[in-house]
Amino acid sequence: MNNIIAITKRELRGYFDSPVAYIVVVVFLLVSGWMLFSSLFIMGRADLRPFFSPSPFSPSMLLVILSAAITMRLVAEERKSGTLEMLTTMPIKDSEVVLGKFLAGLGLLASALLFTAAYVLTVAALGDLDWGPVISGYLGLLLFSGALVAMGIMCSTWTSNQIVAFIVSFILGAGLYYIYWLQFFLPEFIAPIAEYISVSFHLDNMARGVIDSRDVLYYLTITGGSLFLAVRSLEQQHA
Amino acid sequence: MAESQVLVEAQGLAKRFADFEAVKDLSFSVKRGEVVGILGPNGAGKTTTMRMLTGYLEPNSGKACIGGLDVSKERLKAQRMLGYLPENAPLYDEMMVVDYLRFVAEIRQLDPATRQQKLRTICERCGLMDVLGKDVGHLSKGYRQRVGLAQALLHDPDLLILDEPTSGLDPNQIIEIRKLIKELGQDKTVLLSTHILPEVQATCDRILIISNGKLVADDTPEALTAGESGAVIQVVVKSAGALEQEAARLRELFEKVKGVGRVESQEGEGNGTLGFRLTAQGNSDPRAELFGCAVEHELVLLNMNKERVSLEDTFRSLTLGEGESHE
Ligand SMILES: Nc1ncnc2c1ncn2[C@@H]1O[C@H](COP(=O)(O)OP(=O)(O)O)[C@@H](O)[C@H]1O
Ligand SMILES: [Mg+2]
Repeated sequence: MNNIIAITKRELRGYFDSPVAYIVVVVFLLVSGWMLFSSLFIMGRADLRPFFSPSPFSPSMLLVILSAAITMRLVAEERKSGTLEMLTTMPIKDSEVVLGKFLAGLGLLASALLFTAAYVLTVAALGDLDWGPVISGYLGLLLFSGALVAMGIMCSTWTSNQIVAFIVSFILGAGLYYIYWLQFFLPEFIAPIAEYISVSFHLDNMARGVIDSRDVLYYLTITGGSLFLAVRSLEQQHA
Repeated sequence: MAESQVLVEAQGLAKRFADFEAVKDLSFSVKRGEVVGILGPNGAGKTTTMRMLTGYLEPNSGKACIGGLDVSKERLKAQRMLGYLPENAPLYDEMMVVDYLRFVAEIRQLDPATRQQKLRTICERCGLMDVLGKDVGHLSKGYRQRVGLAQALLHDPDLLILDEPTSGLDPNQIIEIRKLIKELGQDKTVLLSTHILPEVQATCDRILIISNGKLVADDTPEALTAGESGAVIQVVVKSAGALEQEAARLRELFEKVKGVGRVESQEGEGNGTLGFRLTAQGNSDPRAELFGCAVEHELVLLNMNKERVSLEDTFRSLTLGEGESHE
């Protein structure tokens, strides 16, 4: 446990000592603020759906890009610079390394999400706000971020090239994101599968204010599975 | 030797990369308190061996034990007993020295109550007090190596494993790091690797020579230098004529001197001088006879000194496998 915290602290400090964390937070706030308020004026009512619901271009899609960007170096760079050798020859489990880095990545996206509370409060002041979808929407975005960060870390363990890690995890994330809208073009028997594996489908449910254990389980499975594969990939390093 | 005395044990270690055998059936042991050098040319398998000992690489066969614990089976426990400095000191360049060492102290689970004191002691010992606030990436190679050593020492391990600790350093830094290693060797067991001969002679109690992934020698520097070959004498003479002919004539002359075995020409000191490298036969010291020879043939003898570098010969013949015999 202490080891996990030590890794998380180091990675978070890396984010916040460099412009990375500020860029992530500011870009996310600007883009999601613009999307939210532009649609707010068009519709003319206090509705946070444009913020929480996935659409081909929405704050959640931005999270797909940002998660790939902040996870690409987490393991790849350590592999390249040789610090992974230093780390794995210290008494620390591979799972602790992976979990520590996961929590740091998720922590950064969570702090970006936290700042958007300012928007929610603004909208709440403008009119009558239904708090149910807000709570389930935030929970959804958090679970969604966790799944994407875990996938990004998994991709980062596969290579020592950060750019490769970014491209692979972006393709994976964007693929699972857009397949929700592509299902209409798919044969009928594949469509439900495409819908089920899509990261956006489950987010859409939660943005409507429904906390369904199947959606939560989906995200936890993706997160756990990716982290498991990341640990396995680090263990391969020893073999 | 009693079991508890053996700190490191390699039993038939082997490692393959694809179809290339980097380390083959390597067995050796290191006793508590020893300073042992693994010597071998580049690509011999030194780093791979150390990686198997430290739990970074899993051997394909054989096993590595630290303090009686199988590194593959009880990796974390074994790793607590050792401090490791990998080749080229891979460190987090973007961190400050002090933050980096604090991070290592956390991973090493140093008692928070004494952590600060411990960090201070180690930094003083490794001469890091002046650079604590600098980014690791901005340090000179010598300081970088010191941070690597400090990192390996923080938890006060019984065993230090250092992979080429002086490679890439300038001569002054080499001397400083060797001095530090020597000091550490007084209360710790040290296993270091190098491809530089004088290094092991300067620092180690025992030498393991590795060539092409195989152990070819395991002995003390004295025993390895004693060997069949005798002392080496370097001679510099002023040439009395054309350099090449003079060199050939003098070689013949020296070969006839009593007690001299092989004679090789080598670089002189410029300005019409000729250098020679003579290997003495057995235990003889032919310097008096050589001086006599020089007087007799009116040679201007500029320099003559005896050195014990025959470890170099041992090393060359063992690692190149083209051992020239010098009787
Ligand atoms: N990860 C690896 N994959 C493939 N070959 C490797 C790997 N690591 C080392 N080797 C090869 O194994 C041999 C021994 O390498 P190494 O142990 O680094 O030698 P040394 O440290 O003595 O210079 C070299 O020929 C090297 O190319
Ligand atoms: Mg090496």
